[in-house]
Amino acid sequence: MRHRQKGRKLGRKKGHRELMLRNLVTSLFDNESVRTTEAKAKEARRLAERMVTFAKRGDLHARRQVLKHINDQDVVKKLFDSIAPRFEGRAGGYTRIIKIARRHGDAAPVAILELTEKSKEAEEKEAKKVTRTARKTGEVVGEEKE
Amino acid sequence: MPVPKRKVSKTRKRKRRTHWKLESPGLSICPNCNEPMVPHRACPHCGYYKGRKVLDTE
Repeated sequence: MRHRQKGRKLGRKKGHRELMLRNLVTSLFDNESVRTTEAKAKEARRLAERMVTFAKRGDLHARRQVLKHINDQDVVKKLFDSIAPRFEGRAGGYTRIIKIARRHGDAAPVAILELTEKSKEAEEKEAKKVTRTARKTGEVVGEEKE
Repeated sequence: MPVPKRKVSKTRKRKRRTHWKLESPGLSICPNCNEPMVPHRACPHCGYYKGRKVLDTE
């Protein structure tokens, strides 16, 4: 029986699974958004939200707690200095999962895991995507959709 | 060991299998580009989901 057992095994042994999730979360904070399978996105979300909560606390102990999971000093610095302040007025819900089309090849359900509040640079990158698509579909950029 | 007494005839086999059917996926129409799409997912055609997402394909 799997009563009260949280989390997914993701077909990996503990060590493999944990390192994979840590890498995924590190990339998420580094790039503000990552694309993975739905199951991995949902697991990574748990860890990511926890890390943001620590980062919002901001003290040295919190930083050390985060360093247990994120092995990249630069990313931890970014998390504490630039990501955490963005979420000041938010109690949870720091990440968002957007499901996208199934992957070609193995038909795996894929999703994008992203931070709810993105940095300016990340948003500019997104805006470029819009312009590119808009040009293709022949739609006027900046015009409000009904 | 008990075994079937008769071979299953073609008719009988086919009748049994009339209920094996493929189901069509439940699709909805993308509110942005009017193409069919899987609901609750970013549209693979225009890349929209509640605003903006995903790169366009090609």
